[in-house]
Order: sequence, then C-alpha cells, then structure tokens
Amino acid sequence: MDAAGILQITLYCAVIVALTPLIGGMMARIFSGERVLLTRLLGPVERGVYRLCGVSPDQEQHWTRYAAAMLAVNLLGVLLLYGLLRLQGVLPLNPAHMAAVAPDLAFNTAVSFVTNTNWQAYGGESTLSYLTQMAGLTVQNFVSAATGIAVAVALIRAFARRSARTLGNFYVDVTRATLYVLLPICVLGALVLVWQGVPQNLGAYTEATTLEGSRQIIAQGPVASQMMIKHLGTNGGGFFSQNAAHPFENPTPLTNMIHMVAIFAIGAGLTFTFGRMVGDTRQGWAILAAMGVLFVAGVLIAYGAEAQTNPTFAALGLDPALGNMEGKEVRFGVAVSTLFAVVTTAASCGAVIAMHDSLMPLAGMIPLVNMMLGEIIVGGVGAGLYGMLLFVVLAVFIAGLMVGRTPEYLGKKIEAREIKLAVLAILVLPVGILGLGALSTVLPAGLASVQSGGPHGLSQILYAYSSATANNGSAFAGFGANTLYQNTMLGLAMLIGRFLIIVPVLAIAGAVAAKKTVPASTGTFPTHGGLFVGLLVGVILIVGGLTFFPALALGPIAEQLLLGSGTLF
Amino acid sequence: MLKELRPALMLLVVMTVLTGLVYPLAVTGVAQLVFPWQSAGSLVERDGRVIGSALIAQNFTSRGYFHPRPSAAGAEGYDAASSGASNLGPTSKQLADVVAARVAALRAENPDVQGPIPADLVTASGGGLDPHLSPAAAAYQVPRVAKARGLSEDAVRDLVAAHTEGRQWGIFGEARVNVLALNMALDARAAMK
Repeated sequence: MDAAGILQITLYCAVIVALTPLIGGMMARIFSGERVLLTRLLGPVERGVYRLCGVSPDQEQHWTRYAAAMLAVNLLGVLLLYGLLRLQGVLPLNPAHMAAVAPDLAFNTAVSFVTNTNWQAYGGESTLSYLTQMAGLTVQNFVSAATGIAVAVALIRAFARRSARTLGNFYVDVTRATLYVLLPICVLGALVLVWQGVPQNLGAYTEATTLEGSRQIIAQGPVASQMMIKHLGTNGGGFFSQNAAHPFENPTPLTNMIHMVAIFAIGAGLTFTFGRMVGDTRQGWAILAAMGVLFVAGVLIAYGAEAQTNPTFAALGLDPALGNMEGKEVRFGVAVSTLFAVVTTAASCGAVIAMHDSLMPLAGMIPLVNMMLGEIIVGGVGAGLYGMLLFVVLAVFIAGLMVGRTPEYLGKKIEAREIKLAVLAILVLPVGILGLGALSTVLPAGLASVQSGGPHGLSQILYAYSSATANNGSAFAGFGANTLYQNTMLGLAMLIGRFLIIVPVLAIAGAVAAKKTVPASTGTFPTHGGLFVGLLVGVILIVGGLTFFPALALGPIAEQLLLGSGTLF
Repeated sequence: MLKELRPALMLLVVMTVLTGLVYPLAVTGVAQLVFPWQSAGSLVERDGRVIGSALIAQNFTSRGYFHPRPSAAGAEGYDAASSGASNLGPTSKQLADVVAARVAALRAENPDVQGPIPADLVTASGGGLDPHLSPAAAAYQVPRVAKARGLSEDAVRDLVAAHTEGRQWGIFGEARVNVLALNMALDARAAMK
C-alpha cells in the first residue's frame, strides 16, 4: 500500500459523496414529475413515447399492475434479445461476419443483459455483430438499469406516501429514467471517452502489419457508446472479451476514473433521492454511511492483500514493488485495480479491469463477499437501494424485538407481512449461491467447468453462482462458463436473483404505501444516527456471515493458508 | 399481465430506436467529426501503412526492440481480435511454472542485468494487449537494446525517459512507457546492427 494509492481511493470517495446530492436531487425532481433543465428539449420526445405506447402518464398503478408491467417489459426483452442473437448472421451491421449465437449461449446472454447481470460467457469481439452490440446489448443496458431505478423509486414513494393505493406508473418511470438521467450523462461521457482514445466507429476490423512484419487484426467498433451506459447502468457487459482491462475500453487512468465514478453515481445518488422524497435527507445519508463503512473496509482489506507479492513468485526473484501483476494492466497498477474490483462488486456492475481469478485469495474474497451480501454497498442502480431497504426492514424489526415495541420505519409500522416478504427476498441469495452452486460441485456436467485444483476450484464455482444470483456479471474467468449446463443453470440463477427479489420488493412497497403514517414519539427508534448505522451494518454482516462463512472458509480462506505453506495445485 | 403486452412491446421498440440506434449513431457521428483519430482506434501509420494501434500491444522479439509484457490473447498472444488473460489463480502450479520459465528466458536474454525482476515483465496482463511497460521493466531491457543497436546505454535510457508518462494529471494510475512509441523512436534513432 502506498500514499499514491490511498490518495486515489480517498479522492474517489470524495467525488462520490460530492456527486450524491447533485444527482440524487436531480432524480428526486425527475421522479416527482417536476420540470428539469432538459424538459424543454426532451419533453416532446417523452410525450411521443407515451403516445406510441398508449400509456397515459397520469394514470398510476397498483403494485400488482406495476409488477406486471415490469415483468412484461423484461420478459419480452429476453425474447427480443434472444431473437436478435440467433438472427445476427443474416442482419446488417456485421462487418466481421459473426454467425448466429448458439441457443444455450443466446438464452444465457439474453437473460444476463435483461437482468442487469451482463455475465459474459462469450467473447464480444469474436462472437457479436455491431447490430447486436448496439440494438441488443446497449438497449438492455438502458432498459435494465431504468427498471432497477423504477423499482427503487416505487419503493421510495411507498415510504413517502400515506394510505396510498398506487406506486406510480412503471412506463413513465422507465421512460423518465432513460431520457432524463441515463441518456444525457451517456452522450457527454461517451464523447469524453472517445477523446481519451476509446474507439467509436462502424468500420470493419483493421488489418495492421506490425514493426516486425507480422499481421495483426485489430477489433474495434462502436465501443464508447456502450462503455458509458455499461458503467452508469451498472451493467458491466464488455464490448470485448476482457472487458475494461482491454485498452480500447479503458485506455487511460482518467477513463478508468470516469468508469468508476459512473458505476457508483446513480446508486449513491438514489440514497439522497430517498431522503429527499421521504422528507428527511438525514435518512438517506444514514443509508449511504452504512454503505460507506462496508465499502471502505472492503477496499482496505483487498488492497492490503493485493499489495503483497505471491510468495511463490518472490522465491523466483521478482521485485515485490509492483505487487501482484498477473492479470493486471500497467497503467492501472495494483491500487486502482483493487479499488475497481471492490467498486464493481459492491455495485452490481461486473465490469473488470483486472482478472479477479488471479487476485490473491483474500483480495478475491472481498468481491465474493460483496456479491454474497446482495450488492447493497451502493449496489446496482436501484437494486442497491431496494436491497439495502430490505436489510433496513430487518434491522428495525430486530431493534423492535429488543425493546418490545412494534417496529416502525419513517412512521410506517413494519408488520408480519413485510418481514415475511423481506426474508423471502433475502433468502433468494443463499438458495441461488449455495443451492445451485452445491449442485455444480456434485454433478459431473457442472464440475467439468472447474479449471483450478484445490480450494480455488470451489472459489470459482462460488464466484460464478454469486455473480449470477446477485446479477453482478464479473467472473473468476478461468471457470468454463460456456457449456450447456452452466449456461442454463446460471441463466436460472440470474432470473431468480432478479425477479424473485423485485416482486417481493414491490409487494412490500404496496403494503407500506397503504399504511397510515404514525407520528414519531419519544419511543421511536431514530433511524438517522450512528447507532442505527451500526445496527444496520451489524445485521448485514451477521446475516451474511452466518450464511456464507462456511463456504468462504473452504474457498478463499483455505487457499490463503495453503499459499502461506507453499502448496500449489 | 396480458393487458401489458402491447405497451411493453411498444416501449421496447421505442427504446431500441432511441438507445440502440439514435444514441450510438449520434455519438459515432460527433466522435468521428471531433476526434477522428481516436474514434478510428488510434491507428499508427509508417510510410503510409498501418502498423498497429497506439493503444494495443504488438509482439516484439528481436533483441533491438523493447519487448512488451507476456500476452495470453489468442493462441499465440497479442491477438487484437481475441483479448484474453491466463486467469490462473495464486495457487496455480501452471502459473508458477510459466513465470519460472519466463524468468529463466529473461535472464538468458539479458545476461548483463542483475537484481530483482519487475513483476510486469513476467506476468500476463488482464487484456493481453497491455501497450505499456513499467519504467522499471523498460530499464531492465536497456543494456540489451543498446548493445543490439550500437547505442550507448545512456542514449537508450534518455529515450526511455522521454517516452515515460507519469501519473495522469499527477494523480491517476501509474507511470508507464508505451512500447510501440518507444520502439518507433528507436528505429528513427538508429538502425539495428
């Protein structure tokens, strides 16, 4: 660990905290239906969208209708993307002549992009046409991100409203999220990325003759436009196989900073949106504080572990100064690479600038833990906030049990129905990660994907199923993901990890919205102070720790101990 | 849910047009106008022929060129149409063997240099196309390159220094040397012996 590394980490955190009220405040206005700077320009487009869709923007929806609209848009999205992947060979904008994607891989990829996972069982530059990248993947990058934001906003409204039957209109929320939040930032950001060297063209791959006279085919394409939404929408699916480690996706340390800021910008901003819309910004800051505690702890542990040299390499005479450089890029180095690894898994992004499979065992454990906790440390756009609010519901319930009062949050009584739904949603993670993961450790078709021996092999399985269920999309990429078995099972894990959480969240929102607000009294447990933040962090760590610690002990922790004793596999 | 099918489908169609066609094509148009070189992939030409991209590593094996980091992109490495990494973990015997072999080859190729080996010189990068070396990894190769080019070590060292970029804006990332730019400067300076 060095001063330059710590400085960059500190700067990053400062930028996020400074952006939170700006972006959060803007989103609060947008989702309250107020006019913003861009309304004059985009208002006609917005009204045009509603007219084409036959949606009347003033007509609000009950939670069941809101959920139905959400499911319809997303499931139709899977079908459309699947169709595009299967037909890309006969469609235009395909200068590299990519053939149709195989059915199991197309299913996996379609599910993956619709669920905001963006798991890459394929290599972008060797599998997909430009049309697929643009009209397929980029579109779902926007729609899945807007879906997450919409669900979070619906839940925020539930806490903000009193005795209400409706949560808003899903089509309106998705449209406004896309037009006023995602698109403007993406247009500006993409141009900055091009300035720094990210390609943006529709030409065929370039053939070069190198200085030593060999032939090199250089894959390019409309990269910058996809990069920006990929990070801003916490999608993470790369244009290229090696994602943001590829110099064309991420040519300079500045583009890397832009990527990292984009990943957290909306998720952090939504905590402020929450505070503003429920009428007490301290509530939002308390949630961001709990996220911040977990984030900084994760960064420090991972950076500390990664700055060490692999003892096996030290014995070969390698200089320890640079740290563990396997799978890393020189322009980023260990500090920035580790920060990115924690950011991308704290949020549900899944983009990578260093290969997580080659991280030191304890550094690789932090991304794993971030995902197992459900990516509630800032989290995916929208998904992070509603995931965190599930833990808030649990935390106030536990606090209520301790003092023997009916728990309440923001004046809403939290009762049996909400607790049941919250526990149901939280249980999806262990079912997907440990249940489906365990299946992969015993079935030969699942085991065939494991490339590494020893505990690292178990870590690969755990990582794959954590990434899929938590809708992250990063990988211990030595894992052979592109098999019929894994494409199917990981696709299943992504589906339950997305929709079996969103539907209970909307059900909670429906129940909470309908409740009256009880005024705060002296007996009310304040949810904006340090005590609450501590309680919330404690609940998250205990629930996550009790569930996943045994699996972690057999994976990364065992590997760390074996590494110390010089055991190789 | 059936009632939702029509608006849902229409929303997807509209979004496909807006975010899947209008947005990327508009960005492409503006980018090609304002940043023509970058948007086309930062291609480098010599004598009117494309010799590579400033951002993409290419292989160098002769003694008179600086060698890039090892690459796991494609079967032969440095395949710019198939990026790739080793994805080998810290307790992988295969990784330890590969690194040991690279260390032996490096020592044989640079017999005049003693001391510890910069880690980036014997480990594969994340994308397999890392265009940079750390300043230490470039310095390690100076005696070999100088001898092959018939230049003094100081002259080559000056060239490396001139091609070393510091942290961006003094803060971000790490110091680095672009291998292709450095090797082109070498060619301009002195032919290989």
